[in-house]
Amino acid sequence: MIIVKKLVKRFGLKVILRGLDFSVQQGEFVALLGPNGAGKTTFLRILASLSRPSLGQVQVAGHQLPDEAAQVRAKLGVVSHMPLLYPDLTAEENMKFYASMYGIADPGPRITEVLDMVGLENRRKDLVRTFSRGMQQRLAIGRAVIHNPEVMLFDEPYTGLDQDASEMLDEVLRSVAAEGRTVVMTSHDLARAEDLATRFDILSRGVIAACATQKELQNSNLLTFYKQALVN
Amino acid sequence: MQPKPTALKILDVVSIIVLAISTYLALFFAPTELVMGQVQRVFYFHIGTAWVGLLGFVLAAVSGVIYLVTKDMKWDRFEVAAVEVSTMFFFLTIVLGSIWARPAWNTWWTWDPRLTTAAVTELIYIAYFMLRQGIDDPEKRARFGAVYTLLGGISAPITFMVIRLFRSIHPVVVGAANANQDKLSMTGDMKIAFFFALFAFTIIFIDLIWHRVRLSGLEEKVEQLKLKVSM
Amino acid sequence: MVTNKQPVTRNASPSLLKATFAIVRKDLAAELRSFELISAMLVFSLLVIIIFNFALELDVKVRQSVTAGVLWTTFAFAGTLGLNRSMSTEKDRGCMDGLLLAPVDRSAIYFGKAISNLAFMLIVEAIVLPVYSILYNVNLFRLDLIGVILLGSIGYTAVGTLLSAMSVQTRTREVLLPILLFPVAIPVLLASVKASGSLLAGAEFSEILTPLNILIVYDIVFISVAFMLFDHVVEE
Repeated sequence: MIIVKKLVKRFGLKVILRGLDFSVQQGEFVALLGPNGAGKTTFLRILASLSRPSLGQVQVAGHQLPDEAAQVRAKLGVVSHMPLLYPDLTAEENMKFYASMYGIADPGPRITEVLDMVGLENRRKDLVRTFSRGMQQRLAIGRAVIHNPEVMLFDEPYTGLDQDASEMLDEVLRSVAAEGRTVVMTSHDLARAEDLATRFDILSRGVIAACATQKELQNSNLLTFYKQALVN
Repeated sequence: MQPKPTALKILDVVSIIVLAISTYLALFFAPTELVMGQVQRVFYFHIGTAWVGLLGFVLAAVSGVIYLVTKDMKWDRFEVAAVEVSTMFFFLTIVLGSIWARPAWNTWWTWDPRLTTAAVTELIYIAYFMLRQGIDDPEKRARFGAVYTLLGGISAPITFMVIRLFRSIHPVVVGAANANQDKLSMTGDMKIAFFFALFAFTIIFIDLIWHRVRLSGLEEKVEQLKLKVSM
Repeated sequence: MVTNKQPVTRNASPSLLKATFAIVRKDLAAELRSFELISAMLVFSLLVIIIFNFALELDVKVRQSVTAGVLWTTFAFAGTLGLNRSMSTEKDRGCMDGLLLAPVDRSAIYFGKAISNLAFMLIVEAIVLPVYSILYNVNLFRLDLIGVILLGSIGYTAVGTLLSAMSVQTRTREVLLPILLFPVAIPVLLASVKASGSLLAGAEFSEILTPLNILIVYDIVFISVAFMLFDHVVEE
């Protein structure tokens, strides 16, 4: 679903990603872990078609980036730590707006379905301004799946959430992933990542330093694996 | 440290020589203008600086377009050089023009199309530098800079045209468009001083641009080395 | 494969026109709920007019010659206020990324934002004109004058939308927009003042053809240039 070869991203003279190789099969849930400043967000923005690679090949959902960005965008859902919602519109209006941006012809039933899934059907007519951080984040996920994307990218979705909100978000993320979607999530919360993901990739100094599936990890724990990877 | 290229060294010397010759031609060789007297001599440099200022403005807009198409940072460096050098020359033009205008039109400043456009162009340049200063990512800085020089490059001629449609007291030197404007008539020696000034300032302009582009290149080298050391 | 229920993307990208109007509808709906932007522009405009009243001693004689200038200065200042605000709402909560993530052409985003900005400016102008007419006892409700104001506002927002998309991405943000916009927008402001001034002085329509032509040329040139450059401003 995602194939990245020898990806380099530079900001001026600063090299953020240096020849990164990465691939994800369909249905995998990959947790992208790494210290701050390792380039996780930059990498995710490139996968999301928001930033251009300086060098290298990026293929998402069967299309090359940045040349076929429009095709990729149609199959891609992105949740970042910012909600990407308009506070002066209601939950429903936000959904309607994004539905029309994705060319969904009759969005009514789909919006109901999505709001149900993220548990906000009863707040449908309320302004997003009045929502708590957790509710906004759940609605942001609803916004990201409105067009039923094949690939989903989560960039630190737990930022600023309390325990309850995080648990509710877990549930929503699980149900999103359970529909057979391919997911890449960045996080520095190892416990959450361990719960959700089927594979763990450690991004350090601009490359994938280590990678293990859930099965391979069964005997050791994620924290030791993570620390090991950063040392090497 | 790269040594200064020989061609640039030669050009430095040539620049100084042509500036000296041009100064001589303007101050001593050219005859004194009958109506305006000695102060008219400032006009040779005024035209010279105005010409290269304009040249730099056009070159900046053109390299902006080339940058947006090729995304090659070399064109960004050229664009910055053109804008910086031309900012300075436009400023000189305005100052020299004021010196001339005081006895000729009895005022330091008038809101004539050329003067106003020159002032607006300076403001566009200042805005350009402020824009660049506010951006950290060099690639984005180059992109925004290119977009803005292009907008400025399109807008400034329209500004000139618009103000011209109102009124002008500025003398038309080459190719008088309007018969009732007081046209400067130049004798042969005046023409020599005039065209040599154009030539001299073009040489100086090229020299300065070259220096500025080279400086940007060196700056980037320094950054690169700093980054290497810090890693 | 986790399950055999495989998501299928079946939606086609929306057309340029549909995406543009989705953005305009979204902006207007949000604004009509909060009135944040329009009320700020409006109050600001009225304050500027009042300050001009004292600064210029707007008696009957002076008024005739400066009304056009006062109006356009007011519109220009209020305009930057609206342009800034409109682009900040996209930038602050990451909504610009939301727009860029949608499978729509970037020109839809430009035209969408430009049309909503124009709408905000026209709404403010539509309120300022009658207020000014009442306060200073001049009739500004004339079709020809409204036409000039429309053309001027189009040019102003066309280039202003592009520049506001740039300025919100800089460190100085709001401060930078007027500095970037005014020198580039001088032709449109000059031509608008000239045309409006002549109309208010009782000139025939044929006498303002020159500034009118300039306005039309500026509008066409800058809409096409801004629309071509918008990609370079929003894409990383």
